[in-house]
Formats: sequence, structure tokens, C-alpha cells
Amino acid sequence: MSRYRTPLSRARGLGAAGHGAGHWISERLSAIALVPLVLWVVYATLKIATLGYEGAVAFVGQPLNAVLLVLLIATGFWHMHAGMRVIIEDYLETMGLRLTALVANLFVAVLAGGLAVFSILKIAFGGAL
Amino acid sequence: MTEASPGVRERPRAPHLQVWRWHLTMLTSILHRVTGTGLYGAALLAAIWAVTLAAGPEAYGVYMGLLGSIVGKIALFLISLSVFYHLANGVRHLVWDLGKGLDIKTSNASGAAAIAFALVATVAVWIVAAMMGAL
Repeated sequence: MSRYRTPLSRARGLGAAGHGAGHWISERLSAIALVPLVLWVVYATLKIATLGYEGAVAFVGQPLNAVLLVLLIATGFWHMHAGMRVIIEDYLETMGLRLTALVANLFVAVLAGGLAVFSILKIAFGGAL
Repeated sequence: MTEASPGVRERPRAPHLQVWRWHLTMLTSILHRVTGTGLYGAALLAAIWAVTLAAGPEAYGVYMGLLGSIVGKIALFLISLSVFYHLANGVRHLVWDLGKGLDIKTSNASGAAAIAFALVATVAVWIVAAMMGAL
């Protein structure tokens, strides 16, 4: 993400730890990617709601749908981790509580995102029932 | 803060909710965080959906039954409202990041537009859902 910084900002190297700008940019990049992905998943949700189990499996098994779902999960969980991190850093002042919340935020996002991606891929690679 | 040396002012803190007069841009900012936190929960519900679909028809049937219950439908309605609000207000933030629309008049108007979009889009999607037989 630091590749999106200007040479001048890199040369100055201002900021507490030096990666605030990278975090800020990655949150915006994921936000931009999520605009079309979220609009698509609203349609996908309505579609899936009309299908039963086998219809949902077939829908997820379509290559385009499977890829868009994996992209949505990866980008969405990245973005929500980044957003929650800012909220934790803003409101939790005690160091112990703050560290616990930051670690829990990371672990929950990676575990749930990993389970969701694996499940989508398992369905997609499982082929037609 | 009491240790600040002479000449160093105490740093300004986040808006004191008790003493500030409520205004639209303050409300939209708070709503962005509230809906973002709600969508964190929604993403976890979506992850469970994917896991139950991969687990087989029985688990999927139970979970879809939960989502289709009254409580599930209320949760899904609030999630859809949060999705559309966070989406519209997120675009508003991206425009601000370009340095545009930051004056009071424009930011008030765009805030009202984000809330209006969220309400209209949510109602529209639920009408479409009913027409598709998705409820």
C-alpha cells in the first residue's frame, strides 16, 4: 500500500510509526472495491433467497459468482478489520484492553474470513451435486 | 493533561456529546460508525451462511429457517439499511478525501442525501424481494 504514497511523503517519513498513511490508503482502496461488490451481493442475496439448497450450491458453483464472493469476503473482512481497528484505537485508552481488542479483532476477522472463503471454494470445487 | 507545561494548550478532544448541539454532520458521522459496527456482525452472519451451505442441506435448512424467522427478517432489514447507509456515506467520505464537498452547506446536503438514499434503497430492495418471492 505504501506504493501509493508520493515520493515526497516517503522522504519526509512523518507520522508516529510510519504506517498510518498505508492503513489510511488501504481502507480507501478497499472501500472503492466494495462499492460494486456490495451492489452485486445485494442482487446475489435476493437471488439466493429464492433458491433452495441445491440452487444455492449451483449459484455459488458458477465461476464468476464464486470469484466475486471470494473477493467480497477478502475485501470486506479486510475493510471491517481496518474500520474496527480505528474505533478500538479511538475509544479504548487502557493499554491492556486496547491490545486485547486489537488482537481479537484481527483473529476474528481472519478466522471468519478464512472459514467463509474455504467454504465457498469447497462448494465451487465440489462440482454439481 | 494537568502536567502540560506552560504555553502548551490542552489538546482538543472528541466532541462532547453532552455539550454540543446536535447537527446533521455529527449524526451522519456517528451513524457511519454504528452501521459499520453492525455490518461487522452482518459479515459474521454471512460467514456462517457460507459454512452451513458447505456443511450440507440439513445445516443450511436450519440456518435459512433462522434467517427467515421474524427475528431474522428484522435483523436482515436492519442489515440492508446499514449496507445502503454505509455505502452512500462511504462514497461521501471518498469525495471528501478528494478535498471536495467539505463546506458546511454541501456536507449538510450530502448527509441528508445519504440518509434519504439509505431509506429509499432499503424499501425498494424489500419491495423487489417480495416481488421475486424472496421473503
